[in-house]
Amino acid sequence: MSNDKNSIWSLFASVKLALFVLFFLASASVIGTVIPQNSPAEEYVKLYGANMARLFQILDFQDMYNSWWFVLLLVMLGLNLTICTIERLPNVWRLVVLDNLATDIDRLAGMRPNKQILTSMAPEEAAAKARAGLAENGWQAKEAVRDNGILLFAQKGPWTRLGVYAVHSSILIIFAGAMIGSYFGYKGSVMIPETRSTDSIYAFGDQKEIKLGFEVLCKRFTLTKYPNGAPKEFRSDLAILENGKEVLTKSIVVNDPLSYKGHTFYQSSYQSYQKFLISLTDNQSKNAELFLVEPGKEIKWPLEEVSFGIINRELNQTSMQYRYKIWFKDSSGAAESFWIVDGDTATVKLGDTEYAFGLKEFFATGLQVTKDPGVWYVYIGCAIMLLGLMVAFFLSHRRIWVFIKRENDETSVLVSGNANKNKPTFEKNFAAVSASIEEKLKSLS
Amino acid sequence: MTSSQLLGISTIGYLLASALYIATLIFKTKKSGVAASILTLLTFLVQTVGIGLRWYESYQMGVGHAPLSNMYESLVFFSWSIVIFYLLLELKFNNRLLGAFAIPFAFVSMAYASFGKGISQEISPLIPALQSNWLIAHVVTCFIGYAAFAVACGLGAMYLLKSSAEDKADPGLIGTLPDLRVIDDIIHKTMVFGFLWLSAGIITGAIWANSAWGTYWSWDPKETWSLITWFIYAATLHARFTRGWQGKRIAWLAIIGFLSVIFTYFGVNFLLSGLHSYGSS
Repeated sequence: MSNDKNSIWSLFASVKLALFVLFFLASASVIGTVIPQNSPAEEYVKLYGANMARLFQILDFQDMYNSWWFVLLLVMLGLNLTICTIERLPNVWRLVVLDNLATDIDRLAGMRPNKQILTSMAPEEAAAKARAGLAENGWQAKEAVRDNGILLFAQKGPWTRLGVYAVHSSILIIFAGAMIGSYFGYKGSVMIPETRSTDSIYAFGDQKEIKLGFEVLCKRFTLTKYPNGAPKEFRSDLAILENGKEVLTKSIVVNDPLSYKGHTFYQSSYQSYQKFLISLTDNQSKNAELFLVEPGKEIKWPLEEVSFGIINRELNQTSMQYRYKIWFKDSSGAAESFWIVDGDTATVKLGDTEYAFGLKEFFATGLQVTKDPGVWYVYIGCAIMLLGLMVAFFLSHRRIWVFIKRENDETSVLVSGNANKNKPTFEKNFAAVSASIEEKLKSLS
Repeated sequence: MTSSQLLGISTIGYLLASALYIATLIFKTKKSGVAASILTLLTFLVQTVGIGLRWYESYQMGVGHAPLSNMYESLVFFSWSIVIFYLLLELKFNNRLLGAFAIPFAFVSMAYASFGKGISQEISPLIPALQSNWLIAHVVTCFIGYAAFAVACGLGAMYLLKSSAEDKADPGLIGTLPDLRVIDDIIHKTMVFGFLWLSAGIITGAIWANSAWGTYWSWDPKETWSLITWFIYAATLHARFTRGWQGKRIAWLAIIGFLSVIFTYFGVNFLLSGLHSYGSS
């Protein structure tokens, strides 16, 4: 490796670069929250003047988060995380799997915390006591003969050293999920009038038509309101049609979409047409027909020789629902007028014939449609990030060594410990362990 | 008793508790410190009942939902989170002098909720976008994080006060503050805690956005500012873990980070427009 390559490599492995990238990402992100994003070009000229607008165009400020330089910053963050991990993980892994029974005995006395206990017991007996003292506090010790003495070693959470790398890789997993989503998925929308179906939707941005490979039918859209007039619920009764046959139905609301074959349909808006859907059924002959009606116009149903129209409406202030006055007659001259609440079906008799008369306002439902095969990677990344953060922040690798050696006519028991994080808590644990060991050593001596 | 009366009492309670904590700091009287803690705890209980009652009242009105849906309710919950976080901190570190730098935040939040311009105290029904189980998870995780960052900011100010006083010959009453190393340690732990919850808050928000709109991230100003805040604290933690930053630098970063939190919370609602406009009135 040349020196040049080395220095670029070490730059990308450095935390210094990470700090710079985080700082630039934070500052650059501000721009897009202040300057409106994805507005038409005229808007920028109007807001900032022609010269500034041209500058914005050059710097991609009108779609900043997708600009080459912002993506470059994200790529730098990704590279930084990757190279920093490649650089450090092997060393950390060595610490995770390290044989601590091979630790240099001379280092034990220099560790903090440590405690030396002297006893007259034979080393083998003292080792058994120390092992029992460790076990009492939940530490399982391994043993080796070292430097004419006995070394016991116990540890907890060596794997917790990997927590920070879990967090770093979770960010890479989230990036990967986002890329999968943007290359293999789409986001679009579609308006489907009630009783109609569609087999394609339109992508955001370029409005390109996307074929679904099946049909989506909007059977019914209902809008309910609170007494204060605020919207309470937008509900679309949808059905999926394969070759004209219904294979799935679901009533969707905001926060509860419909998914089918990787495509997901979200309730996002609606359109009203000042028109009404009227369904008429002759209860005897079972003749039925659906009409799309404008208020104030006479509609004829030749088959049954009847005609009808909507002549008035009235708002109920508590239910926030309209009711409509209907005029209904047949060729013999029998006529009926009645009120019907939006969405209801009434039974009406004209002469000897009974009709079911249903009315509802006619809407189109606005659906947002997405396909995002990357979303589960993003969620898995998020879960790993939270778990990794907990491990990295709150758990530590704690180690305790006990070295037992005969010195003159006494046995020295040196208990030493070490934790990579949360040292005060470890010191308390260590004090409890060394107290247990001391007690055991004293009890039968 | 109505919830708004109880929450009004809590506002006054936190004002008095702030005064007592500050008096404790100035006069070094042990009794006023104990009184401050007791008053804070009592006010906290009153406030908790107030929030619970508001929840119940919304069901009485037929528009039942957790009281976490608009600016007023979020400010009350912010104040509540600061207090519970502070009380646990006081218990853990057994130091009442920290209160003078934390409880005033709880009071200001309540006072702003009660008297702020354009903040409606009415219980209003949930619009369709907010009708989701993620509402509670998202708001609670975010505000636990925000509360921790508020306390970290207060402690940062405490650190800077103390360290500038130590440079002088006679540190006076500031000299009674905890040891700088202790404050530094608490700031760090508080920020770590806040960072974890902020991460959880952003993630729950992303999952919610995906179930409501089909995109987990849309660079909406609120989202973007929460990410900016996340970057700031992430940078702070890296500076400390790997480059050994501590003391004044970290204290300043605790303050800067909290300014970013405040902007995410208020600034975005009032100055910028976007999808996340529920909290603005």
